[in-house]
Order: sequence, then C-alpha cells, then structure tokens
Amino acid sequence: MSGAADAVRLARREALGVSVATGLYGISFGALSVAAGLSVLQTIVLSLIMFSGGSQFAFVGVVAAGGGGPAAIATGALVGVRNALYGARMAPLLGVRGWRRLLAAQVTIDESTAVGTAQDEPRAIREGFWWTGVGIFVLWNSFVTLGAFAGNALGDPATWGLDAAAAAAFLALVWARLADPVARWVGVSAALVALALTPVLPPGLPVLAAAAVAVALGWWRPGGAPAPESDADADGAQEDA
Amino acid sequence: MNPDLVMWLAILGGGVAVYLIKLVGHLLPEHWLAEPRVARTAALVTVALLSALVAIQTFASGRGLTIDARLPALVVAAIALALRAPFLLVVVLGAGTAALVRALGWMP
Repeated sequence: MSGAADAVRLARREALGVSVATGLYGISFGALSVAAGLSVLQTIVLSLIMFSGGSQFAFVGVVAAGGGGPAAIATGALVGVRNALYGARMAPLLGVRGWRRLLAAQVTIDESTAVGTAQDEPRAIREGFWWTGVGIFVLWNSFVTLGAFAGNALGDPATWGLDAAAAAAFLALVWARLADPVARWVGVSAALVALALTPVLPPGLPVLAAAAVAVALGWWRPGGAPAPESDADADGAQEDA
Repeated sequence: MNPDLVMWLAILGGGVAVYLIKLVGHLLPEHWLAEPRVARTAALVTVALLSALVAIQTFASGRGLTIDARLPALVVAAIALALRAPFLLVVVLGAGTAALVRALGWMP
C-alpha cells in the first residue's frame, strides 16, 4: 500500500474517532438545551442549522440565564466567528465550488478543521475534513436528539463527567499542534487570557479575546511560527484516534 | 409576541448567522491566504481558540472560575495524551475521572 493510501486510511480512522467522541457529548447539549427551556424540536432544529458546539452551548446558556433572543443570537454568532477563520483556512485545501461549497461551510467546525489540517497528504486533508464534518453532523445531531429526549431522565450531565469530556476532547485536538514552541506559548497565553477575562466578559467573549493573542503574535512577530502543516504533522493523539 | 415564536425566531436567526459566518470564510479571496502572515496567524488562532476552550471548559463556571472534578479529568487526559492514547480513550478517561471523583465526593 502506498504512503498516500495509508495517509487517507489514517485520516478516515481519525475522523471516525473524533466523530464518535464529539457526537457522544451531543447528549449533554441536548439535555442542557431542554433544561434551558427549548422544546425537543427547537433543540434539534437549532443543532441542525447552527451546527457548532460552542455556539450552541453559548446560545442556550444565554437563554438559560434569562437573556433575550438578540443576546442569544449575538453570543452564538460571536462564538462562531472562529469558523470563518477555519473556512478561510480550509477553502484552498478543499478546492470545492458551487453547492459543495455550501455543504463544506456547514461542516466547517473546530474538529473537521483540526483533523483536516493535521494531515500531510492533500487527499488525506480533504478526506479528514469531510469524514469528520459529516460524521459529526450525523452523530452529533443524533445524540443531541437522544439527549433532548433523555435529558430529564439522565439528570445532571456532570454526574457522568460529560462536561469534563469536552475539556479532554479540546485538549486532545490541540495536543499535536503544541509541538511547536511558539504555538505552545500562544496556547498557554490564550488559556490564561481567557481565564482572566471570564469574570469580566459575557460568556463566549473570553475565548474570542484569547484569539487576539494569536493575531498579535502571528501578524506582527517577524519570522513567527510555521503553518500547522509543518507543526502539527501526523504525530500525537490524532494519528492514533 | 408569543414566547414560543420569539424562541423560534431566535433559533432561526442564530442558526443562519452562524452559517453565514462559516460561508464568509469559504468565500474570502484565496490570495489572502497566499500571504504567509495570514496562514501563520490563522494557524495560531486555531491553537489559541482550542487552548482557550480547554481552559474555559475546565475552570469556568458561568462567569466565575472554579476548581472541580474537571481538573483531575484534564490531568488524566493530558497523561493519556502524553502516553499517546487514542482520542476516544482520552475523552472516556476524562469523563470517567470526573464521574468517579464526583461519585466519591472528593470534588464537586
């Protein structure tokens, strides 16, 4: 078997692992959304259209806190701004046009971009992105539906450690990218900035503010860090996922 | 206005907004990314956002910061990653650690 075929096979396997892991914690979103006051149908429709975990959690978080529709929309959208950066990053790698581009946009999320850009071979990048995006879309929305129906019976998702599972998943996604020293520095700084701003900014904004660290370093630092094709090669957890 | 209708409008508005943001990224001129600075910045932005999400998902509780069962879960996940455990195992170990720590009453 050629190296390229191996790379594609690994990308698909990784995509499946990420899809299952991410899809499973859709249960916690479904349960939390119903608890926030959305109906089961509203929860499912929100998840299908918005399809971005962070934005969805932020949206129902504002609703649960008593925030109005505009506040919920604004918060969800702001948390989703990073997806525009992922889209700009993925578009030239995917090379799709027309209706496929409309589909690609919908499945442009943290995980599909992370799995795609962690690959080395051009075809493995595309397969990693699509398999992860579509895989999560199917599994995430299925488990959101399950979670919405089972929410009350399941009780507090924290009892099952589902909140901690989200942190573990994000750590696993960023792990391979931290091999580069500049990326590691940016990661630690971003985490500290987000935590420092959490008490003073509405939920969602500290994460966005942390991105300013990366923009400042990436834009103005001469030389700077290499692009992730070289710093996040097929090493670490994603290779094994 | 009917609260149910308000919620539906918010859901549609929020969903469409988040989709359009994704689409704008795909429609940006490709030559923007030809500049190494843009690619480098975009790469670091991904690292920064994922790292910030790790921190928020671990320590944030509403608008406060707290140390609870999510921290030992993250430590176990990091150890598993250092030992090159597969993604799903890392996530399951994280969830299991938090659930166990809570069941034993060691941390909230």
